[in-house]
Amino acid sequence: MQPGRAMNNGIAVDLRNVVKRFADVCAVDHVSMQIRDGEFFSMLGPSGCGKTTTLRMIAGFEFPTSGEIFLHGKSVGNTPPFRRNVNTVFQSYALFPHMTVAENVAFGLRMKKAPPADIARRVTEALELVRLGDYAARRPRQLSGGQQQRVALARALVNHPEVLLLDEPLGSLDLKLRKEMQLELKSLQERVGITFIYVTHDQEEALTMSDRIAVMNAGRVLQIGTPTEIYERPICRFVADFIGETNFIEGKVESVEPGGIATITSDDGLTLRGQAIRPVTPGMNVTLSIRPEKAFLAVQAPPGTPNCYQVRVERIAYIGSDTRIDVRLGTRLFDLWEQNSRSTLDRDAYWQPGETGYLWWPAENAIILTE
Amino acid sequence: MAADTLASDSQPREGQIAALLRRNERLQLGLLLFPGLFWLVTFFALPLVVVVLYSFAASGPGGRIEWTFTLNNYRTLFTESLYVNAYWRSIWAGVWTTLACLILGYPLAYYIVRRPPRWRTVLLFLILIPFWTNFLVRTYAWMLILSNNGIINSAIQALGLPSVALYPSEGAVLVGLIYGSLPFMVLPIYASLARFDFTLMEAAADLGANQVQAFLRVMLPLTMPGVAAGSVLVFIPTVGQFVVSDLLGGAKVDYLGNLLQRLFTRSNPPNWPLGSAMAIVFMIVLTVAIIIYFRVTTEEDR
Repeated sequence: MQPGRAMNNGIAVDLRNVVKRFADVCAVDHVSMQIRDGEFFSMLGPSGCGKTTTLRMIAGFEFPTSGEIFLHGKSVGNTPPFRRNVNTVFQSYALFPHMTVAENVAFGLRMKKAPPADIARRVTEALELVRLGDYAARRPRQLSGGQQQRVALARALVNHPEVLLLDEPLGSLDLKLRKEMQLELKSLQERVGITFIYVTHDQEEALTMSDRIAVMNAGRVLQIGTPTEIYERPICRFVADFIGETNFIEGKVESVEPGGIATITSDDGLTLRGQAIRPVTPGMNVTLSIRPEKAFLAVQAPPGTPNCYQVRVERIAYIGSDTRIDVRLGTRLFDLWEQNSRSTLDRDAYWQPGETGYLWWPAENAIILTE
Repeated sequence: MAADTLASDSQPREGQIAALLRRNERLQLGLLLFPGLFWLVTFFALPLVVVVLYSFAASGPGGRIEWTFTLNNYRTLFTESLYVNAYWRSIWAGVWTTLACLILGYPLAYYIVRRPPRWRTVLLFLILIPFWTNFLVRTYAWMLILSNNGIINSAIQALGLPSVALYPSEGAVLVGLIYGSLPFMVLPIYASLARFDFTLMEAAADLGANQVQAFLRVMLPLTMPGVAAGSVLVFIPTVGQFVVSDLLGGAKVDYLGNLLQRLFTRSNPPNWPLGSAMAIVFMIVLTVAIIIYFRVTTEEDR
């Protein structure tokens, strides 16, 4: 499936210090990453973070200002797109409107001058793969958005690319279809075994599908890791904030215990305990990040828990699976989610605004961020 | 009709004509179509019938029309070399002008479309500026440029070279025709390209097409409507023109338009039946040519 694998130690794409400047804007700022063979790799970040430009440089639509890009060990920095064995699924799909579905899928093979019998067979296979076998003779405009999306996938996959690049391919689908396609894409990727590089600004999408995620902002890569690492051990405030939701409490380190548990005094005088990921020393200014589902609200103070504060419930939002509770902690509102694990209409089973409770969390649930 | 939303019977003050109109949809349709149909019949269909009738008549002494049925006019057109040659010359001039405008106009339209929006407006404006000057004046300007003591020859002489006879000639006619027609080619192609999704070119490149392949297989087929419209807008007026060939050709070679003009107004006596036959053949040839052209060029879109 993947030609040219020699001498690359299982690395499909290797970016080394890649910089891309447009006029006076630095769109991609010294990006280095290694994407492994057969991996589902996502670049995640807000719009303008450089993820799409990075993808376009791997595709060959843009050339790096400096730095190097290797495809299976071969430098491709200035190779035009039609000489790279890489295919792209565009955000707008970019299907050729004057060709049928089959002609669209056959386009890449025709350009490579594959034998006609070969083309016919592979086009049929590719359309079967995306479950569009009956639509070969249709025009793209006669298909729904989801079907067009699958044609775009088939058109790229039929060429057996070394790497498949996907630029927010689910962006224009509605929510339900998007969730279906997420699972379908993931299972497709597992079946064909091709390296997928996926660009998205949707953190849930990235978490659902990816083997690893690169979180980007302002042209830089902030963190690369598995979905669990990114979510549970964010290395900076931006990552913690961008992926999922969290409560930030700023403060100063008082003392550090072995194992990285540190005691912190917040700006408004609370004493809090959290887990340091990077070494911290007393006196350092840090930010504590506590995810809303990792903090708890109890009727009575649990005995022997250090991170325990008496709080007043300010707001309640019942959203079915969870109840989202805003409590007042010091000068701020603290958000926590309680799973509705009991099925009941009993009003007493749910927190009500104005009630008083005890907010607490295990020290290892609070992450200490230094940046 | 807004009137349909009102209850017709409950309007006692309504006039009889209005009531009649409301009930009779055919009458409504007829009244709405009348102005347009009247115009077409009076100013297009009737004159065309008159021309067809003339073409089968004979020209008598002093240019008088003699109402007999004869095919002599058509026979003359297809046998006398003066007319046969003029037809070919005009059609070739039309073909070359169209091709030249296409080759010059497509890259120009492409260039304009790829500029930032602000520059696009400025460049389109520049394309349209020549229309602000009378066409005759602009053609006279070409005489000044191409004549023996014109700008080009002055420059050649200043270099110490012998002057070149550029005007009057068939080449000068072609230059004038291309110059005058170019905007009519650029604008429709521009309109097509402005609607073209350039991501498709990236998609083609991504799938292994080089720039030439991507152009031939993606951009050209999808901008064919503009190319076809521009070609027709250039070809038809070019084949029938008589002013440019008169001025820049020095009235030495005859194009279709020149002969037509002469047969109807200048020759002594005028020969309207022959002129009419010429116009009818001209119309049929053009119609057939355009139908074939559209069939070939827009095949992909069906």
